[in-house]
Amino acid sequence: MLSKVFATIAVVITGGLLLYGVMDFPAFGDPHSPPNAGVKGGGESISQYFITQTYRDTKVPNIVTAVLADYRGYDTMFETVVIFAAGMAIFAILRVVGDNNDPTKKELSSDDALSQKGDHNRIIIGTTCRIIIPIVQLFGLYVVAHGHHSPGGGFQGGVLLGSSFILLALSQNLNAALRRFSEKNYFTLAATGILIYAGFGVACQILEKNFLDYGVLQKVLFTDGPEMARSHSMLGVEVGVAFTVTAIMFSIYANLSSRGTLKDGL
Amino acid sequence: MILAFDIIILIFMVVAAIIALNVKDLLSAAMIYGIYGFLICLLWAEMGAVDVAFTEASVGAGVSAVLFIATVYNTKRKSSD
Repeated sequence: MLSKVFATIAVVITGGLLLYGVMDFPAFGDPHSPPNAGVKGGGESISQYFITQTYRDTKVPNIVTAVLADYRGYDTMFETVVIFAAGMAIFAILRVVGDNNDPTKKELSSDDALSQKGDHNRIIIGTTCRIIIPIVQLFGLYVVAHGHHSPGGGFQGGVLLGSSFILLALSQNLNAALRRFSEKNYFTLAATGILIYAGFGVACQILEKNFLDYGVLQKVLFTDGPEMARSHSMLGVEVGVAFTVTAIMFSIYANLSSRGTLKDGL
Repeated sequence: MILAFDIIILIFMVVAAIIALNVKDLLSAAMIYGIYGFLICLLWAEMGAVDVAFTEASVGAGVSAVLFIATVYNTKRKSSD
């Protein structure tokens, strides 16, 4: 009880300090704030540069994707590596190799409704998911492929594709999903995604430019200029991100729901 | 930015956060956390950050809620405090 009182005091003080800090922020959408208008005598701000020059530099209408995959591409590459590392960590902690009967499974009380084996032949859920899953996958592919023209990109499309496999595991059982997307396949796909991303960077280095400086790839991609090369490279990089995210999302779910045995999960 | 819409969503978010922390049934807590994620996604979409809203809708409201449910399935369903 006493610890709860101290925790509440700490939370209130921290929250108050944060709210006090927010008071110094410029108003929402203020055109004269330093991030939007730049500092006096310091030239234009970085946001102004992105808003006015992104389309001229890269021929990509979605500025967010251009910043993520091109101007800040090195950062996004390691974000993908972080997701890969998260999948590896969960694999290392949870995965049980070999067949052993998990004794902790039986200790759960019988009134835990979730721990009881449900009827996996539920006809309404099964039929609905059979219709929904292809639509989710198609939308995921659209989000990946169209990420540099409309909101979306590799992360969002990858999560959609991964969740379509999770939906399959939820509606039927884990084995039905693993038959289509086995452990060997999803870890290969996850590593391939990062290799695609890093491959674009190394290809730029081979053509004697900086790592992930896509403009030089026009010699390989046969585009009209460096702008279109950057646009196409962003698409390629997003596909790599989508590969990794799809595979890791499903691997995390498969390991968590089956206690690392990959046998009978949720 | 529509102020009334923002305020309504923020009130719902605070209510959802408090309920998610206080409810004893962990499955319900995971569900209400999903609702919280969806409300934050609405707020971002309304403020014009569509990319962030999209990510929050798929990761925050979708996959992380499912991962919580998968964890609850393998542990106890009731919270002890």
